[in-house]
Amino acid sequence: MQPLIKLNGVSKAFTLHLRGGMKLDVVDDVGFEVMPGECVVLGGPSGSGKSSLLKIVYGNYRCDHGSVLVRDGDDYVDVATAEPRRMIALRRDVMGYVSQFLRVIPRVSTIDVVASAGRDSGLSPEVAQARAGELLSRLNVPERLWDLPPATFSGGEQQRVNIARGFIADLPVLLLDEPTASLDATNRAVVVELIEARKKAGTAIIGIFHDEDVRDRVASRVVDVTRFAAKAA
Amino acid sequence: MTSPLLTARGLAKNYGPRAACADVSLDLYEGEVLAIVGESGSGKSTLLGLLATETSPDAGEVHYRFRDDEVRDLLTLGEAERRLLMRTDWGFIRQDATQGLRMPVSAGGNVGERLMAVGARHYGNIRATAEDWLARVEIDPGRIDDSPKTFSGGMRQRLQIARNLVTQPRLVFMDEPTSGLDVSVQARLLDLIRTLVAELGLAVVIVTHDLAVARLLSHRMMVMKGGRVIETGLTDQVLDDPREPYTQLLVSSVLAA
Repeated sequence: MQPLIKLNGVSKAFTLHLRGGMKLDVVDDVGFEVMPGECVVLGGPSGSGKSSLLKIVYGNYRCDHGSVLVRDGDDYVDVATAEPRRMIALRRDVMGYVSQFLRVIPRVSTIDVVASAGRDSGLSPEVAQARAGELLSRLNVPERLWDLPPATFSGGEQQRVNIARGFIADLPVLLLDEPTASLDATNRAVVVELIEARKKAGTAIIGIFHDEDVRDRVASRVVDVTRFAAKAA
Repeated sequence: MTSPLLTARGLAKNYGPRAACADVSLDLYEGEVLAIVGESGSGKSTLLGLLATETSPDAGEVHYRFRDDEVRDLLTLGEAERRLLMRTDWGFIRQDATQGLRMPVSAGGNVGERLMAVGARHYGNIRATAEDWLARVEIDPGRIDDSPKTFSGGMRQRLQIARNLVTQPRLVFMDEPTSGLDVSVQARLLDLIRTLVAELGLAVVIVTHDLAVARLLSHRMMVMKGGRVIETGLTDQVLDDPREPYTQLLVSSVLAA
């Protein structure tokens, strides 16, 4: 079996030009692999670069050195060097990302916010609509809210809409940045079930979870990010 | 993989001693939305004019893949061919709707005119299609015989969209389509554009100084300064991890609501 994700020699620093070119080292020489069905949890204190690393894998942050290989069928795509067009296809067909925050679009209803993520990844409109409803029900978002845009929802409700978006398509790679941060115990348990189901289906997951209980239940193994702290020059 | 729809190589345009646009190259594929951002005077509107062949370049080439898959050099196209392309396979949505619409003509006429350019002749069909498009851009079809002079800014902009999309173009140029409108009107228009672009699989080149508009609508982005492209990439990558000093300044200057 081939890994779905392979990081090799990944380094990243931010150069803050508005702060006189100050350099902020994020991570240095990161290397690990994720196999299908594995959930690798990134560990380490806040500020150690966990979220940044996840964003590098998604192509949201650029990678200065090294390679981030994500398997698309039989080929590996190097996120560090791929053309934007290739990245757009990779995100549509292979790699999903669930952040803590929902980026709301004015006027679009909750059910459609979720269903559109499914349609974008190739589900038929009917299937996307049905799955969106199932996921929202499962995540205890009351049906009377489905036709409203989520702009006025509470933090926890918005997060659940965001999770539904992330889980609607059966993508083989899933990146989770604290998906349970503002959820109650009931909904945390639902997210754990969703993650377990995806692992069984062969999805490769990289996740960040501050909640120890969730982490212990979903982690195949923990990668300690402090290992990759940039070495002092 | 298919070849690009629109290809530009080494485009340059000078106004006097000043380079309005210098050495710009790009490829645009079907279904792709490319945002060109930068401040006033950065050359982004000049570039749009060059791509749409409304302005002739001092150097460089623009190629377009026609519906029969033939790729042609647009600068050698005859004037009649060029105008036909503009009226059928392309759309151009302007910041100032009065320049994109024919103001003395009724709303229905504005939409119907483009249909007639692609050969529609049956009055009843043209009117029915015009009504259908007015509804799609959320204009009451009862206003079909009214002049756009009686429309609000947001309605005029929506009418301009209907006029441009009725011929099912493959490529649409947009120049600051939501600037100068109230925020609520802007949100409605953005949502409409976003939905139609996705539904119709349009390729779009959109010029905007508004980074939020670029984030909402575009897949990838080019940042211009002094006539040059200084940074390109995926839209979220350029906005969340800007590399160039000028892009960092642009991104950090946006007020978060």
